[in-house]
Amino acid sequence: MPNTLPAQFSDLEPFVDWAVPTERARYAKRISSTMEELQSFYDAAFPRMDEALSYLEKFSLDAIPDDAKHLLWLYCALMTTSFPVEVWRQPRVPDSGAASFEAVSEPAI
Amino acid sequence: MPLFPKPAEGSWTEHYPDLGTGPVSYEDSISPEVYERERDAIFARTWLNVGRVEQLPKVGSYFTREIDAARSSIVVVRSSKDEIRAFHNICRHRGNKLVWTDYPAEETSGTFRQFTCKYHGWRYNLEGECTFVQQETEFFDLDKGDYPLASVQADEWEGFIFVNLDPANTTPLRESLGKFAKGIEGYPFHELSQVHRYRAEVGSNWKLFIDAFTEFYHAPILHAKQSVAEESRKLSDIGYEALAYELDGPHGMVSTWTGGGEPKDLNMVKPIERKARSGLFGPWDAPNIGLDELPPSLNPSGHRAWGLDSFLFFPNFMLLIWKENWVITYHYWPTSYNTHIFEGTCYFAPPKNGRERLAQELAVVTFKEYALQDGNTLEATQSMLESRTPISTFPLNDQEILLRHLHKTANRYVNELEPRRTPAATGA
Repeated sequence: MPNTLPAQFSDLEPFVDWAVPTERARYAKRISSTMEELQSFYDAAFPRMDEALSYLEKFSLDAIPDDAKHLLWLYCALMTTSFPVEVWRQPRVPDSGAASFEAVSEPAI
Repeated sequence: MPLFPKPAEGSWTEHYPDLGTGPVSYEDSISPEVYERERDAIFARTWLNVGRVEQLPKVGSYFTREIDAARSSIVVVRSSKDEIRAFHNICRHRGNKLVWTDYPAEETSGTFRQFTCKYHGWRYNLEGECTFVQQETEFFDLDKGDYPLASVQADEWEGFIFVNLDPANTTPLRESLGKFAKGIEGYPFHELSQVHRYRAEVGSNWKLFIDAFTEFYHAPILHAKQSVAEESRKLSDIGYEALAYELDGPHGMVSTWTGGGEPKDLNMVKPIERKARSGLFGPWDAPNIGLDELPPSLNPSGHRAWGLDSFLFFPNFMLLIWKENWVITYHYWPTSYNTHIFEGTCYFAPPKNGRERLAQELAVVTFKEYALQDGNTLEATQSMLESRTPISTFPLNDQEILLRHLHKTANRYVNELEPRRTPAATGA
């Protein structure tokens, strides 16, 4: 099953489309989402974050199982989507206009 | 009363009397003519950082760099003698660009055993010697030994690879980098191999972005909303003062406190930062990178609140070393008088597990949010400077000393530029 999360995080399965492997793609998904979508992802994932961190702490990145990898991707997406929800009240960075800032290389997970 | 002691002269700026204290003209940032002179006086003549040794892990590893400001494309390679070599990216036969993939104007990287020109198949070994000429007997008295690739001076400092495009340059890299670099030597950059690299095309003169990143005076205002409301009010009331500034020849540095590490009051930071234990100043829990003692260039004031030193190595390389054992570099590559490519790269110790990876992710995406705000503000500045309102000079305060120094240094290089001797002029 592609993009399946560890069993103890099955309640986050409705948000598994946020488990995207690159920052560039996670940011693109963020700015093409509505605030309602961002808020509901945040409201579901943020309260589980301590548990997710404890779970992810058990795995080194060169031996991480696929389901844990998807969980890590999903929480990487929470990092970028936290800005609209906690700070901006809009998907884009205010006053950023047409400016872009693209990841040209990032460590693969 | 300053929060942190200033030099006996009363200010950082007056400690360096050549800088003056008057308003500064920004004509140098809106003039195509000045930019053309900067290309020859600065980018074609100074040591430029083009990458790190980790980008060339084995013999035959290479990357290309498009240095538009110096009208150059170069290829940097780890040679068969395990040395870092740089060459002009041009085939000796008829001038085709030697190394590129799909799009001739875009940079590329990879590994090969030799250079092979796509056009007529001429080949060069990793030392740049011509080893094969297609249908060699069709040429007239051609000796392959006379057709090596054109070499570019290349050297390495602490794993950072530099090139100098001026064949007449006689200043060694280390001498050129000066005392700041000397005093950073030994910092374990090689331990910070987890690299996130970002790139942006920015609609401003290259010096305006350096201006933005060599002063923190703007931080409590432009980035106010990135802090929680109460903290933001406090920051803008206090304003910003650095711990220390220093200049060394064309280079400059600012030493500062930050909000790094675990905050005294967790309510000062956003909920996501509390959970991830990370933020703009990096992961709160510094990894062990074997740094027992800070090298002498770091935290020059010896202040216990120290959090970050930010060095500008003229012309376009900035190195930020954080107390929490990570590093950022900035590079500014001009593409015209009012555009440049900005590169921001974050270097961390490899994360030991998923939790550490997430902490690094939050630091990196926070850096991106700030950079997006900074970059767009620059376009607003550039367009107004170019509108040539009656306002032509601008006051710079003591926390903007590095801007004053940058523009003065760039102007000095431009004014000292002698017309380059062409082969025709020397009779060659």
